[in-house]
Parts: sequence; C-alpha cells; structure tokens
Amino acid sequence: MIKVRKPGLQTTVQDNGRNGYYELGMPPSGAMDKYSFHSANLLVGNDENAAVLEATYIGPELEFQEDLLIAITGGELQPKINGNPVDLWQAVSVKEGDILTFDFIKQGARIYIAFSGGIEVPEKMGSKSTYTLCGIGGLEGRALKEGDVLHTGEMKISDVKIGASIPEELRPTFSKHNEIRVVMGLCSYRLTEESKERFLSIDWTVTPDANRVGYRFKGEALDFIPREQPFGAGGNPSNVTDLGYPIGSIQVPAGIEPIALLHDAVTGGGYATVATIISSDLNKMGQIKSNEKVRFVSVTLDEAIQARKEVGEKIEKIKEILK
Amino acid sequence: MEEKAVSSVRYEHGGDEFVFVELSEAMTLEAMFKGMAITNKLKEKNLPGIIDVCPGNASYMIRVDPEVLHPNDLIVVLKELEHSVTDYKSLPIASRLVDVPVLFEDPWTHEALMRFRNNHQDPEATDLEYSAKVNGYQTGEELIKAITTYPFLVSMIGFVPGLPFSFQLTSQEKQIEVPKYVRPRTFTPERAFGFGGAFAVIYPVDGAGGYQLYGRAPAPILDVEQELADFKDSMVFPRQGDILRYRNVTREEYDAVREEVKNGTFQYRMKEMSFTPGEVMADPLAFADKVMGRLYND
Repeated sequence: MIKVRKPGLQTTVQDNGRNGYYELGMPPSGAMDKYSFHSANLLVGNDENAAVLEATYIGPELEFQEDLLIAITGGELQPKINGNPVDLWQAVSVKEGDILTFDFIKQGARIYIAFSGGIEVPEKMGSKSTYTLCGIGGLEGRALKEGDVLHTGEMKISDVKIGASIPEELRPTFSKHNEIRVVMGLCSYRLTEESKERFLSIDWTVTPDANRVGYRFKGEALDFIPREQPFGAGGNPSNVTDLGYPIGSIQVPAGIEPIALLHDAVTGGGYATVATIISSDLNKMGQIKSNEKVRFVSVTLDEAIQARKEVGEKIEKIKEILK
Repeated sequence: MEEKAVSSVRYEHGGDEFVFVELSEAMTLEAMFKGMAITNKLKEKNLPGIIDVCPGNASYMIRVDPEVLHPNDLIVVLKELEHSVTDYKSLPIASRLVDVPVLFEDPWTHEALMRFRNNHQDPEATDLEYSAKVNGYQTGEELIKAITTYPFLVSMIGFVPGLPFSFQLTSQEKQIEVPKYVRPRTFTPERAFGFGGAFAVIYPVDGAGGYQLYGRAPAPILDVEQELADFKDSMVFPRQGDILRYRNVTREEYDAVREEVKNGTFQYRMKEMSFTPGEVMADPLAFADKVMGRLYND
C-alpha cells in the first residue's frame, strides 16, 4: 500500500493506453513519454506496460506502507527518500514507513514512478490509464489527491537487482531548444507555400496551454489559401468538413496558433491538420515545458518508421542489461 | 488522346501510425456511404497491424502498427477497396432509428453561450437567432422546425467519446449550414445540442466546443458507468449509420426524462431498420418520411 501525502500537480495513473477505441471518439490516454514509462517498469521487473504514476512539473509525496522496489524515470526531478537524494533511472528499494519527496523540476516536464507489481486499479476498455475528461481509468478517473491509497498488483514478471540502473547513453537528454520531427501532409495543401515553409523554419514557443490534451504554440500567423469553402466545412479558411485527427497531428485554427494534439486529445473536428509528430518524438514532446522552443523538422515516412524502430531497439537493450 | 480517370481521393500519412483518406472535401452522402463500405470491408479483412478503423463524415482514418503493416502497403489495400466498392449503394446498412428529445433554448446552454458572446460572429444575437438569419429563416422557431422536421444520419463518432456528427436527411437546398464560433468556447454543458458546418451534434460531456448552441438533450449519449439499458454493450450509444430524430420537447418532458435517467429506467424510443445507401441518395426526403413513419407509427 502507498499513501498519497501530497498529490503533486496532475499526477495520474497511466499505462500503455486505451488503444483500439478511437472510432468511438476515445483517445488512447497512456503515458506521454512511453520510453521513460517502459524503462521505469523494466527497472522494477514489471511487464513494460504495467500502470505507473505520471507526474507533471511537481512530484507527489508518497508514504510506503510496505517494502517495495521502485524506479523513477523521465525529467530531471530529484527524488528523495526520507530526505536523502536517490538516483533517477535506478531500481531503488524502499521500506515500510519511507517517504518519497521531490525537489523542483530542472529539465523535462514529466516523471514516471513505477512500483514493483504495478499499480492495481480496475481496467476500463483494456487499460488502467486515467482519462479525466470522461472520468475513466486510474483512480476514480481523476488525478491523485491527498489521502488517496494506491495498491500494487501482479505485473511483476522478473527479478531485478536493487541498484540496477539504465546507463547514461540510454537516458534521454533535455534541452530548452528542441527539434520535433513531423510528417507533413493530411490537409497541408490548405496552407500557402510560404506558410508551409515558415511552419518548418521558425522557433515556436510552447505556451502555458500545454498538457496531456495538447500543446499550443506561439510564433507567427500562418495563411490558408483562400477558397470558396466546401459544403459542410464552416466559414473559416482553416475549417474543413469535420474529420479524424491523428494522435500527434498539428492544426492551426484560424491560422493563429498551432496546436499539437496528444494522448488525451479530441479524436476529430473541423480544423485542417497540416502535419503529424512522428510516434518516436511524442516521447520528447511530452518532456517539453511551457516557454521552451520547438522547431518542426519534416521527415519522410520511412525516416519516421526508422526512428520508431530505434526506440524499440533501445528498449530491447535495456531489457538485456537488466536481465 | 485518351484521358485517364483520375480519382480525387487523397491518401495521406498522419505520421508513421495513421493513414488518412479524404474521399471528398465537401460533405456528401456519397462520400460518407463509400467510406462506410470501405471501412467495413477493411474490418472484415482483419489485417494484422491495424489498431483502429475510424470512419468519418467524408473521409476515414486508419491507425496501424507500422512495424507490422507498412502504411504504404495499407494504402495499396485501401485503393483496391476504393475501386471494389462500386456496389456500395446496394450494400445494406443495419441501422437504428432513434427518437432524441431536445429542449431548445434551455437555460443552461443559454447561460453558456451568453458567457462567450465575445467569441461569436454576432455578439448581439443568440446562436439560434444568428443561425436562423444566416440560413434565411425569420425566427429561431422556424429554424427549430426545420431541424426537427427531418431526421439526421449519424455520419461520424468522435471529437470526444460518443459525440455523433449527424447530417440531415433532406434536400440539398434545405440543408442547414452554419459557421463555427470565431474562437471556440472553453465551456459547453454536457448534453448540449449544437450545430456547426452541416452537422448537428450532442456534446457528451462538459468541455470546450465551437459549434452553435441551440438546446440541451435530457438523455445521455455517453454513460461511463453503463447503468442504463441502452448502454449495456457500450458506454457510447450512437453508431455510424444510426438515424436520429431530434424532437422538440417541453421543459416538463425534459424534467420527466431527467427523472427516468436518474432512476436508471430511461430507454430511447428506438426501431431497427435496414436500408441501402441507394435508397437514401435517390430521394432523401422520401426516405426521411419513411423513417418518421417507421419510428412513430409502425
């Protein structure tokens, strides 16, 4: 049992996501940075998709009421057990009565706290991930609050040595200036050539409006090609007949501010989508904070698939190391 | 010189996991039914690597694991399907005809829309008055009558879980079309009835939204706890291909339905019906009359 003494900011239970229900308008939810999420689970001997805590900017304060193996990965947020610093990206043993706290975040935006056995909460549509808009998954469909109690489950599949860690070269690095790779397309034909070029050449600033639903960026206005709007689309040149939005897709309502849709996002709507963040870079996107910069870099589909494979290979390497 | 027929269908990549296919830029019954036929056939194939098949209004979208099924290989399959569904007009659709009560000009959406007048094209009018005006109606009452006279076909589920985009079964010249808000609202009450572009919707949950707001439904379309009988199999009620008739109800009836929902006894008035796209496309008005007869008289 784990007692929540302080909830932190928007700390939720997440796993690999509620995949397969997009057709119903159900976004997948799940960990924003899957690489850190899988790593945390592997460090405590769990199935890589076991449920963990995802905390944003401010970590929770937890009191352990049993002996456990835990691991914390993701952004640089110094964890402390009973006030003593412990390492990130490492299997840490805690005893009954120990208290986990965090300092302020230095780099990155989100951390993942895995507990040996995983967090046990009821599954909804095959996932334990919290989706707060509909109030499903996780702990009563909401973020943690003070006084909550978490139970661990049966997702442990192997033994990992206390102190085992993921080597430096397999940990993500963070920066205030980021390149995020995208595949251009979807409805990018609606942008003028000049705006398409500007979209890929300026540094966009992440606004405070950045969360699990999506990130909004400030930069400069983009222009859509004027046209007589097709029937059903609505009046603004950035409107299209309502269509599906891929996870990671970027839209620019009225040409004002681009919005990248992430794991808790709306699944469709009436704005032209112009590019999609590649799946491997969604991890990085989830570690970017408000006021940091993003440059979108256009890649081909095969480059995107290659990048995805490389992430998979790194996870395999971690499994090998922890064996 | 022989001219080759060029398909106007666009096949696009949404990153490495999504393939997006736009059958038509404009909303048409043809595009919707074609997309429905293609996505149904794709589902039947049970291809390994496919995670989601999402039919849309005039487009559709597929999510894959690109390491199992390369998106370009999927596009080859989708193009074959596009060319093989020439018979889509005669493929039967198992549909449900549903009576959906709506309280128009209700106090809750009125309060919400008044809060966001600065986000609207016409801050001086209500959403209903503005929409009536841009569609050539003298009063909001006339627009309500136009909305409630003929039923709507559910053409896509999405935005948030369960939200039905629905398209009216009427003649092209009678189709209602309204702009979306200039800047989306940050709040919309749960069960609000809205209209944007050519689509009527019911918002399943509280949240952001950009459609014009006219009323509120007393019955849910999303029941996360699955307590009501209509939600036994799925927390989401509407399905693509369903036909919804939005019926103008009094405050009294609204309150009575709310009571039934709270008691857990509410069930939609509903009839099952099979139809073909050809039947609808040949004469939407005659089909709409048949639907109304079947739903309320049979």
